Amino acid sequence: MAQRKPFRWHIVVFLAPAVLVYTAIMIVPLIGTLNLSLFSLTEAGERVFVGLQNFATLFGDPRWSESFWNALINNAWFFLIHMLVQNPIGVMLAALLSSPRLRMAAFYRTAIFIPTILSFVIVGFVWKLILSPIWGIAPGMLDAVGLKSLFAPWLGKEEYALTTLALISVWQFVGIPMMLIYAAMLSIPDEVIEAAEMDGVTGWSQFWKIKLPLILPSIGIISILTFVGNFNAFDLVYVSQGALAGPNYATDILGTFLYRTFFGFQLQLGDPHMGAAIATAMFAIILVGVSIYLFAIQTRLRRYQF
Amino acid sequence: MNSARHSVFRSVAAHGILILYTVIALFPVFVIVINSFKSRRAIFNEPLALPTPETFDLIGYQTVLKQGDFFQYFLNSMTVTVGSLFFVLMFGAMAAFALSEYRFRGNLLMGLYLALGIMIPIRLGTVAILQIMVASGLVNTLTALVLVYTAQGLPLAIFILSEFMRSVSDDLKNAGRIDGLSEYKIFFRLVLPLVRPALATVAVFTMIPIWNDLWFPLILAPSEETKTITLGSQVFIGQFVTNWNAVLAALGLAIVPVLVLYLIFSRQLIRGITAGAVK
Repeated sequence: MAQRKPFRWHIVVFLAPAVLVYTAIMIVPLIGTLNLSLFSLTEAGERVFVGLQNFATLFGDPRWSESFWNALINNAWFFLIHMLVQNPIGVMLAALLSSPRLRMAAFYRTAIFIPTILSFVIVGFVWKLILSPIWGIAPGMLDAVGLKSLFAPWLGKEEYALTTLALISVWQFVGIPMMLIYAAMLSIPDEVIEAAEMDGVTGWSQFWKIKLPLILPSIGIISILTFVGNFNAFDLVYVSQGALAGPNYATDILGTFLYRTFFGFQLQLGDPHMGAAIATAMFAIILVGVSIYLFAIQTRLRRYQF
Repeated sequence: MNSARHSVFRSVAAHGILILYTVIALFPVFVIVINSFKSRRAIFNEPLALPTPETFDLIGYQTVLKQGDFFQYFLNSMTVTVGSLFFVLMFGAMAAFALSEYRFRGNLLMGLYLALGIMIPIRLGTVAILQIMVASGLVNTLTALVLVYTAQGLPLAIFILSEFMRSVSDDLKNAGRIDGLSEYKIFFRLVLPLVRPALATVAVFTMIPIWNDLWFPLILAPSEETKTITLGSQVFIGQFVTNWNAVLAALGLAIVPVLVLYLIFSRQLIRGITAGAVK
């Protein structure tokens, strides 16, 4: 029998710090939160196991379920706007940037990415000021092109506020799809493009038939990153509309709903157990989304090896 | 002839669209910065004009520096960001080295376990994180934030760094082993210096969300002594919402450090995102 190798302690030493911190601060609390959603407080302030009752309240009690569905639908709309606006703009900018012999490409790249590095606090307030009817930058600019009648206090109107916020968020994050797709486009070998040109495939049809299929995996990754980011968003709404996600909850998304439930607001007291139930629901939504991506979309996307 | 004219047209159109979008991206920042240097009257009368000697006014900045303890907030943000960055890079590189260098039972499983955190946001565990921090007396300390951000940054750091570490030559490490270097020395003396560019990339990726985060400072460390600059400016602006000079100046102060950091590191960041694609 071969001699057993001595135990390689250095592997443990290398892995231990990362695994410990990650497990203690991320995995354990995550499981703890899922677990906490099964408990509740009695009148006497004792914590008791209530099974799925918190979820029954969340989905069954009209006061809760109305807020939950409102937040979920708003969140879905928020995500849809990102997919419909952010990705096409990102693809277009990346396609332009990657065109050969484009001058100042580095400058455009750097400048267009700047909003992405700003914090939500800055972005939220900056746009709030610009769109403010008091200051008058937005109405003034519309006036200059003769469209003043189109102006409305967008962030203050129930029917526009959420879409406006989604567009602000798109403005902020368009740099990420731009960069990732730009990278994907740069990695398309010249031979493929040359072969297409030999066959007379140029311009638009080259983009649709050659480049787009090759960057689809990147678009897939961007979509799932956007999905996770959107369904876990909080800051932008909190900064620009407050924890109440006004006007009249029109901009309430799951993140702000979780925050309000957990910490309470105005007359309602904070409730960690219902908060945990909402976090669990968000966890399930994100898990379903990520699974759909991993199993249904990613396996069907063809990857080309060069 | 025709195709040359065609390509000129296309290049002009490309620049046109890119310039238009650059203006859209930079316009809000520009408006804030120029107006933060103007007097109240000028802010409202001519919001788009550059500050002139008549309208130039630092009253906003004076209010901010007098009222809010922005220097302290800035220091807190620096401490939290640099501290978290150090641990993410250190622990992340060590774990990535273990995963990419050694074959051991459970290697793949460990990799998957650590990668979970890339997809699942740490915020969902907030309720329990707060309980842990309360139980261990870490609420309203910067340590709590450093711990959370370290855990948050590790998964992606390990993922990216192990990709890079696989490309470090085996011959070099084996030569080190023959010369009698311990595994620790091989990691610290040979491998770590070689993956420095990757470390810089991970640093930039990790740094931006930490610096900009509002959620955890708001929940774990909202006290005056531990406010980060992001939370500090949020609270300040909330209080001074009618004092436009002060609000604009606070925004200006919040933008500048990030912008400077970005301009220093933008090359690194872009190289990191487009890694492997550069021909």
